[in-house]
Amino acid sequence: MTTNPFILDAECLHKAFGGLMAISDLSFKVREGEIKSVIGPNGAGKTTLFNLITGVHPASSGKIHFQGKPINGLKPHVIARLGISRTFQTVELFSQMTVLENVMVGCHPRSRAGLFSSGFRLPHMRKEEKWIRDQSFEILKLGSLLGRADLPAGSLPLGEQKTLEVLRALATGPKLILLDEPAAGLNEVETQKMADLLYSIRDSGVTILLVEHDMSLVMKVSDEILVINYGEKIAEGPPAQIQNDQKVIEAYLGGEALLCLN
Amino acid sequence: MDLQGQIIQYLATGLTLGSIYAMVGLGFTIIYNATGIINLAQGEFVMFGGLIMVFFTTTLGLPLFLSFFITLALTTGIGMLYERLFIHHPSKTAPLMTLLIITVAVSIFFRGIAMFIWGKEPYSLPHFSSPEPIIIGGAAILPQVFWILGLSLLAVILMNIFFNRTITGKAMSACAVNRVAASLVGIDVSKMVLLSFALSATLGALAGASITPIALMEYDRGPMLALKGFCAAVLGGLGFGTGAVVAGFLLGLIESFTTGFISSAFKEATALIILILVLFIKPSGIFGSAEVGKIKKI
Amino acid sequence: MGKNNYLKLLVMAAIIAVVPLIVSGDYHLSILVFMGINCMVVVGLSLLMGYAGQISLGHAAFFGIGAYSTGILTTQFGLSIYAAFLCGILFSSLVAVIIGIPALRLQGHYLAIATLGIGEIIYIIFNEMVGLTGGPSGLSNIPAFHVGGYPFSHSIQYYYLVWGALLVILWFSLNLIHSRVGRALKAMHGSEVAAGAMGINLSAYKIQIFVLSAIYASIAGSIYAHFVSFIAPNNFAFMNSIMFLMMGVVGGLHNIWGAVMGASLMTFLPEYLRVFKEFDILIYGAILLAILLFMPEGFLEGIPMLYRKYFKRGEA
Repeated sequence: MTTNPFILDAECLHKAFGGLMAISDLSFKVREGEIKSVIGPNGAGKTTLFNLITGVHPASSGKIHFQGKPINGLKPHVIARLGISRTFQTVELFSQMTVLENVMVGCHPRSRAGLFSSGFRLPHMRKEEKWIRDQSFEILKLGSLLGRADLPAGSLPLGEQKTLEVLRALATGPKLILLDEPAAGLNEVETQKMADLLYSIRDSGVTILLVEHDMSLVMKVSDEILVINYGEKIAEGPPAQIQNDQKVIEAYLGGEALLCLN
Repeated sequence: MDLQGQIIQYLATGLTLGSIYAMVGLGFTIIYNATGIINLAQGEFVMFGGLIMVFFTTTLGLPLFLSFFITLALTTGIGMLYERLFIHHPSKTAPLMTLLIITVAVSIFFRGIAMFIWGKEPYSLPHFSSPEPIIIGGAAILPQVFWILGLSLLAVILMNIFFNRTITGKAMSACAVNRVAASLVGIDVSKMVLLSFALSATLGALAGASITPIALMEYDRGPMLALKGFCAAVLGGLGFGTGAVVAGFLLGLIESFTTGFISSAFKEATALIILILVLFIKPSGIFGSAEVGKIKKI
Repeated sequence: MGKNNYLKLLVMAAIIAVVPLIVSGDYHLSILVFMGINCMVVVGLSLLMGYAGQISLGHAAFFGIGAYSTGILTTQFGLSIYAAFLCGILFSSLVAVIIGIPALRLQGHYLAIATLGIGEIIYIIFNEMVGLTGGPSGLSNIPAFHVGGYPFSHSIQYYYLVWGALLVILWFSLNLIHSRVGRALKAMHGSEVAAGAMGINLSAYKIQIFVLSAIYASIAGSIYAHFVSFIAPNNFAFMNSIMFLMMGVVGGLHNIWGAVMGASLMTFLPEYLRVFKEFDILIYGAILLAILLFMPEGFLEGIPMLYRKYFKRGEA
């Protein structure tokens, strides 16, 4: 059986905000089942890239294929239902809702009870509700947040909020998950936990596209790395190759990232 | 009356109505810019303007111009008191929705006070000058119409100078753009909010005092005026004073001409349909930019 | 929906059953009927505003569409009450969809003014379509509600009808809040971009809830029309929309029970303030201001908060 080994395929992406080119002529592919990282200096266009893939902003031009199907121009919720989920650089939890409820919201694409059946509590809705609850507890267990289930999400410390965001994204049942700086602001222990979580997500068959500034984490977990600067690709390859790439070193020159690269 | 006469007549009526809507709309805009609040008690400033003027001229028999200024001063005072008592404290914590409802409650409260003092019947005022209409191009126009137009134009010009040429005015504009940043550069935001209510009330009083001679005034005129002014403010691109003034005049003219040429039944509907169309096609208002609308949400 | 809410519904049902034993007289009972009618509308507003985060300043129009639909269809077209009731619901849903699709793309104040404008246009239509609605002088002789040929001739019958219907509406709404749909609404209110990323179709839910709240208002309007047998456009003007909103804010829009409390209090208050004659508006306004100033989140949350603040200060 011949299948497309690439889950995501971006071709010649362009995105301009007014006169500012945020992404220009960017092409890359993500292989199914790998952890691919996108790195680059601040303002390089990493978050914009995520917003293009998830449909938050439309691309000015270029194509994005997910599992062989074009997804540009689709609304964010449609893309999410196709199997792309994400987290946000600035934590975007539903802070008034409990930890459990956040994950339950995540189960949205995998359930279907509507207004009518929910309001009348029809039998299939009750069954589904139980499934959502059980599923959510399973997912919380994965990130060791079971003990926090009934707390308001906004009351968690940052590390757990970041974990919860990843879990919530996981609850949608994605095939590809985009993580925007999941380790930002985490201490060493928490970062290690995050790395373990990433591995277990990948091992469950979910492809990961990671934006991260913590170079040691990136170098450790990534199968492949894409480096962008000023919205353009400057290098792509396995970690060992990126570490020795002259252009990458130049892009980071003067920054402490240089030290981390080596 | 021939067609030309009719047109001039409707034009005069439209401009008169329009100048009132423009003033109320401008009042909305000033408070909205300083606080983000839609002040639904804006119409009550107009009502107070008219009725206080009635009290000083008819009841106390003071000369017209003296009582005119007393009216402006008193209504401005009411506006300031309103801000200190009902807005100043809650605006720090309450959600915008609650603040909106507070302004509704204030408007009910003000109507209660007015009904207690003046009762339910409408009052009239002597015209500022001769009540004999002037014939222009076949149309009979009351001199009071020129007073209304003149006074509102004067007010708009003064407001323009204030916001663009004086330090205090510029400070208020700064609050509109970013309150936190304004307070960081040393602008007393709380004082600016107070001032915005004061200015808004003055504008309302001016409108009220000048229309009462031809339109009468009673305790519950406010909500209707607030609705029209609100329309003007939104059509003009919420937060944009000149836009509100122009939109106010447009609304007045549209109403007057639909009444004249189509039917009085649909004068309100035409203005509203235009409003809805504008909102659906260009939500930021005729004169607003897309960005302004995104900044402030309820 | 949680044991707590079932318990509250049971308590409420018990209160509904007991109240007529204490309260008698047509006047007091009719106020209770109006109370229930207002509760229905405000519960819908609470779903729309408190949960879905969308504002409406034109809900009196849907109330009016319900009232006029049953009114016109029963008096002029000889339709049965039940058919007219259903038509009212269908018609207001239809209007809600037509309005909702363009309007709910707007945000904040723009949505507020759009709903306000549409509400006013519908109000003008009530006034101007004299042939159907009777124009400003109103529509009279709307038949009483009946069950199996027995007409409702006393307020007590309407009392049970209204509050019974309200119990069903509350049960439905509470179920909804504690379901996938309710969570989606809360999520949307919390962060639209994150909700979108969770596969939640924002615009579809906004419209569904808008329609649902319009249906509640329409049911309330239909019952109202049968109860008072005479309706005029003034019952459905801008100020009525604002009154519904105010009831919600006073009770607390973020909670269905707050909507019920707010609507009850604000229906009850003006009726019993009539003893103060000319002072009534003044006192009404003052009480309203006091509630809003001291309990900006509505009194359902406000009263316990004030209680903690003033009576339990020493224990902390």
